[in-house]
Amino acid sequence: MPQNEYIERHRKLHGRRLDYEERKRKREAREPHKRAQTAKNLRGIKAKIFNKERRNEKIQMKKKIKAHEEKKIKKTTEKVSEGAVPVYLLDRDVQSRAKVLSNMIKQKRKEKAGKWDVPIPKVRAQADAEVLKVIKSGKSKRKAWKRMVTKVTFVGEGFTRKPPKFERFIRPMALRFKKAHVTHPELKATFHLPIIGVKKNPSSAMFTSLGVITKGTVIEVNISELGLVTQAGKVVWGKYAQVTNNPENDGCINAVLLV
Amino acid sequence: MTAKISEETKRILCKLKSEVGDVIGEELDLPLDCNVEQLTLICNTLLKQTEHIPYLFYVNDKEITNNLQNCIDPDALDTECVLDIIYHQQAVFRVRPVTRCTSSIPGHAEAVISISFSPDGQHLASGSGDTTVRFWDVNIQSPLHVCKGHNNWVLCIAWAPDSSKLASACKDGKLIIWDPQTGNQIGKIMHSHKQWITSLSWEPYHRNSECRFIASSSKDCDVRIWDIVLGTTVRIISGHLKSVTVVKWGGSGLLYTASQDRTVKVWRSKDGILCRTLEGHAHWVNSLALNTDYILRIGPFDPIKNTHKSITDKQQLQDWVFARYKNIVQVCGERLVSGSDDFTLFLWDPERDKKPLARLTGHQQLVNDVKFSPDGRVVASASFDKSIKLWDAKTGKFLTTLRGHVQAVYMVAFSADSRLMVSASSDSTLKLWNMKTKKLEIDLPGHADEVYAVDWSTDGARVASGGKDKVLKLWQH
Repeated sequence: MPQNEYIERHRKLHGRRLDYEERKRKREAREPHKRAQTAKNLRGIKAKIFNKERRNEKIQMKKKIKAHEEKKIKKTTEKVSEGAVPVYLLDRDVQSRAKVLSNMIKQKRKEKAGKWDVPIPKVRAQADAEVLKVIKSGKSKRKAWKRMVTKVTFVGEGFTRKPPKFERFIRPMALRFKKAHVTHPELKATFHLPIIGVKKNPSSAMFTSLGVITKGTVIEVNISELGLVTQAGKVVWGKYAQVTNNPENDGCINAVLLV
Repeated sequence: MTAKISEETKRILCKLKSEVGDVIGEELDLPLDCNVEQLTLICNTLLKQTEHIPYLFYVNDKEITNNLQNCIDPDALDTECVLDIIYHQQAVFRVRPVTRCTSSIPGHAEAVISISFSPDGQHLASGSGDTTVRFWDVNIQSPLHVCKGHNNWVLCIAWAPDSSKLASACKDGKLIIWDPQTGNQIGKIMHSHKQWITSLSWEPYHRNSECRFIASSSKDCDVRIWDIVLGTTVRIISGHLKSVTVVKWGGSGLLYTASQDRTVKVWRSKDGILCRTLEGHAHWVNSLALNTDYILRIGPFDPIKNTHKSITDKQQLQDWVFARYKNIVQVCGERLVSGSDDFTLFLWDPERDKKPLARLTGHQQLVNDVKFSPDGRVVASASFDKSIKLWDAKTGKFLTTLRGHVQAVYMVAFSADSRLMVSASSDSTLKLWNMKTKKLEIDLPGHADEVYAVDWSTDGARVASGGKDKVLKLWQH
């Protein structure tokens, strides 16, 4: 290991080699040829890595050139900005609000068919065995009619448990959720919204009625705080969202609003 | 009128007074159960009206709704004294409430920001974010002219009182005059404001029947008076420290300007001298309204008499307009009301006093728009707290709150007979309010997004509205 900056010291004391500049220029001039040679000869994974790096480099270079060019051009015409607002709103920073432009009839029709254009169209089916764990009961643990849900569930506000004798499905308290992180795709903003209900779990109708929330489940969320309005001027408060993560693994529910 | 009165009927001495305080006729000995129709009949006979004119009657600022008895407190009643009944004349004509959307006309490529009917009610113009001004044919409800000339959003438009010209102003600070008949530009582009123009106001018709001067207020703290014939600035009025939000050209030759520097200033229009500064607001002043707004706006036109057709001589017409203006002003002068970001409104008597007559409080959010009713008796204020409040224009007393919108109310417009009002809101609806019952008359959904501008035609036949969804909608009975 070098003990000091001895190279720099030597350079300061004695200066560089006399032909340093020339050698440097030549080396730099040879560089592209050298690179071309390596690019030509590399094979396999090394070639892949090299090409990827080279590509990124080129992108950066082009961006830089463009930025320099833009600096030189004088702006002549200012484009008319979009989102015109009246005079009385000009000095106020009104937050952009994506309106519900899809009309209610369309939404009703979709609801009837039970089909939505969802962000995640294909959902892995959840097997019963995966979601429900058999719980043995009885004195000698011979009975096996009880099930425990091993996924995240939503349990409504007014739910009361049945007596243990009649309670076939147990939904553990630790896996119950009341709120979800819902992203508005147009506003590009995420809100922490209360869940109203589970609209559809694509795996099975039983899961829907149980309130099981897995990836791809359509849930209804309360969006009244977003301030969306229907065309008739009423506040929209329930809207559907599709779950995009695996809540049982993550410990939270992330969803995308279906607009 | 009363053929036989049972002996139990109480009677009271009354006299009828106008708003100004003129007593008509002798003292009357009226039964307590005498109702509005009977009072109207008496009033019409005493005033020797040839046609039947509707009236409203007030006792101690309380409206008589069915009969005299109901609005008098029997305990406080002093049968020895003479009771003053104040009568308010109402419009002879009735504007029918708009109930349906007769057409939604696409055309604008961006949000419709401003809408205005011409004073004669025959033309309709709108300004939009797509930099065009468009004229629409109201009778066949279709586009008429597209006027290109601006390079930025057309923020405000204003019709000349004689309906012969339209002024439009854009965000670049340009002012252009258009001819509504051909859709062509008149004169050159007037461009000297350094920032956007916030409002426009023409000189009243009774002061100058040529419609030559227009005042514009701008974000650059100045107000300019333009001569549109020469295309030059006649006068620059500066004195405000922040953006001027509204300019109003009053009927007595005064200019009223409101600004974000929290003041309302009164200027003499002929030499630009500051008359007085009205202070009181604690935040931006957003809007101004005059009780003569309607009468100044319609200029030489009239929704009933159509006098401009019979009188052709300009001087005569001007005199007639002045007489009508005087008629409105004689009650209490030119009143000014200002709405502000500090959630309050102030009522001013700007011709005489720099002290406010009243401070109108009650809103919970900023006040965006204020309007006087055409008869000058009621003030309506639209606020971001989702409500519209009504105030008595004479005293500033709170009358009622109109609730129904679920988001900020942007603008209100009165019908010509002052019996109806329409409001535009951010919740994408228009709502029609009945001013007699002070209730929601009808809900007018239809817009797909926020409604930015609304206007009721001066003849009362239709309402036009435009908003963020780029279409212009016409509403009719």
